Amino acid sequence: MNTVPIALRFSQVAFSYDMLPVLEDVNFHLHVGEFSALVGPNGSGKTTLLKLILGLEQSQQGEILLFGDQPKKNRSMIGYVPQHITYDPTFPISVVEVVRMGGVLSTSRNGRAERNKAALAALQQVAMEELAQRPYSELSGGQRRRVLVARALVTGPKMLILDEPTANMDAESEKRLFDTLRKYKGKTTILIVTHDMSTVSSLTDRVFCIGAQKPGQKGRTVVQHTLEPMKHAPELYGGEALRVLHDVELPADYCTLDGGVNNG
Amino acid sequence: MDNLVGFFSALADPAFPFVRNALFAGLLSSILFGVLGAVVTVKRIAGLAGAISHAVLGGIGIALYLSATGKVPGITPMMGAIVFAILAAAIIGVVSLKAKQREDTVIQAIWAIGMSIGVLFMAKTPGYTDPSSYLFGNILLISNQDLILLFVLDVVVILLAWRFYPQIEATSFDEEFAQVRGIPTQKVFLLMLTITAVAVVLLQTFVGIVMVIAMLTLPAGTAGYWAKNLAAMMGLGTLFSALFSFGGLAAGWLLDVPVGAMVVVIAGGVFLGTAATRMLVSYGKRRALHNDKG
Repeated sequence: MNTVPIALRFSQVAFSYDMLPVLEDVNFHLHVGEFSALVGPNGSGKTTLLKLILGLEQSQQGEILLFGDQPKKNRSMIGYVPQHITYDPTFPISVVEVVRMGGVLSTSRNGRAERNKAALAALQQVAMEELAQRPYSELSGGQRRRVLVARALVTGPKMLILDEPTANMDAESEKRLFDTLRKYKGKTTILIVTHDMSTVSSLTDRVFCIGAQKPGQKGRTVVQHTLEPMKHAPELYGGEALRVLHDVELPADYCTLDGGVNNG
Repeated sequence: MDNLVGFFSALADPAFPFVRNALFAGLLSSILFGVLGAVVTVKRIAGLAGAISHAVLGGIGIALYLSATGKVPGITPMMGAIVFAILAAAIIGVVSLKAKQREDTVIQAIWAIGMSIGVLFMAKTPGYTDPSSYLFGNILLISNQDLILLFVLDVVVILLAWRFYPQIEATSFDEEFAQVRGIPTQKVFLLMLTITAVAVVLLQTFVGIVMVIAMLTLPAGTAGYWAKNLAAMMGLGTLFSALFSFGGLAAGWLLDVPVGAMVVVIAGGVFLGTAATRMLVSYGKRRALHNDKG
């Protein structure tokens, strides 16, 4: 019996857009401090699932508990790194201002000095403090992603969610990103959402797959897979680190319930 | 040169209050053009603001008709304009937030229907009504009351922009993230649209309905090339608007041409000039880099 408290739990969750079922019968949970990956092909419902966790959409059935309460109530505990924000390169803003935005309050303008201090500290965490005053638009794609990680870290979140963090990222930025995540592993619950279904970071404790349909259901569901070390592990996701890279070799029918793994 | 001296003496001459009023209107408008213009530009709602500004002609037409026919004595064109602006903002706001398709068709419909209603009612208004002074602005129409209203709106806009700056910045830069942080993004959007609608009504006295949208985007767009952040864009946009307004007023006086159109021509010229210069400089830098490598 795992006694570590649960950070996120989906119980019998179903969600549909208008009449189109997207998710059905979704049951899974993450424990506090775990490093998890949620993998699935494009269009499998990853974004919808993320929106449910962030309280941006409401499920029609079932229950979602984020640190014991509704996502909308507790989502301020999440540090969220979007895949790619609909970013306007002509928006005038500096790196430190983007990071400071991570601590923005719903209606108050207080705490600017504290937010600034926290922003500089967060930039240090992603090794980008030297670029604090640079215009955000002058950064490379990988650097921008790390700035968004700093923005997510600025409030000291209990959970970090990263949506496709390595998409269009150069190897150097990827390594630096996972160096940062390694520092938070165990202390912060981390969930990485990615469409890469064959390999995950060596930091990953558990991997969930979204995309399978249960017999007679149209919506997608989530199942869990086990992780295996690879013989010739590729240098991926900070994989040259000391830990052996774990790999999930997913057969065509990978989305069948494994069951019984870490069932709370 | 004599003409320029004449312009400055007209500014000081009590016999020409409209020149002074036009200058004050230009300066007071600049704050709205700068601050709201920056928000409209970074939030990319210029199209929505354009539809609202054109739709107000409907309210102006109805008010002129009701007043001239004695059906609602004392109703001013501005009252009609405000009602139409807020109505247009509400419809456009709700459609933008809720509609999953045909959003731009609805926005274009509001634009066209509003203007058409204005033309129809003006045609049926007893006496001669010239829509062009509303479309292109007429500095002779600026009253002391307009100036007071502009001043009040300036104060409101500055206070709101200061008070909610972090939320405005966050919703404009990354709306989804702002929502996750608990910012009521839809309310912020509707408030921005409503304030812009009211501002458009007051601003059209200076440059006219057709050109309000140009002044809400061109000075802010020019400022965007130099500004390091949204606050600087607001400040610089205000400064540019003030310079363009003063330049347009002086040129309008010297050349005896409509001031509103002159202001917009200057603002547009500076914006396009800045854009072209920056493109050339960036092209030159790339060429130099290429040659160095070659």
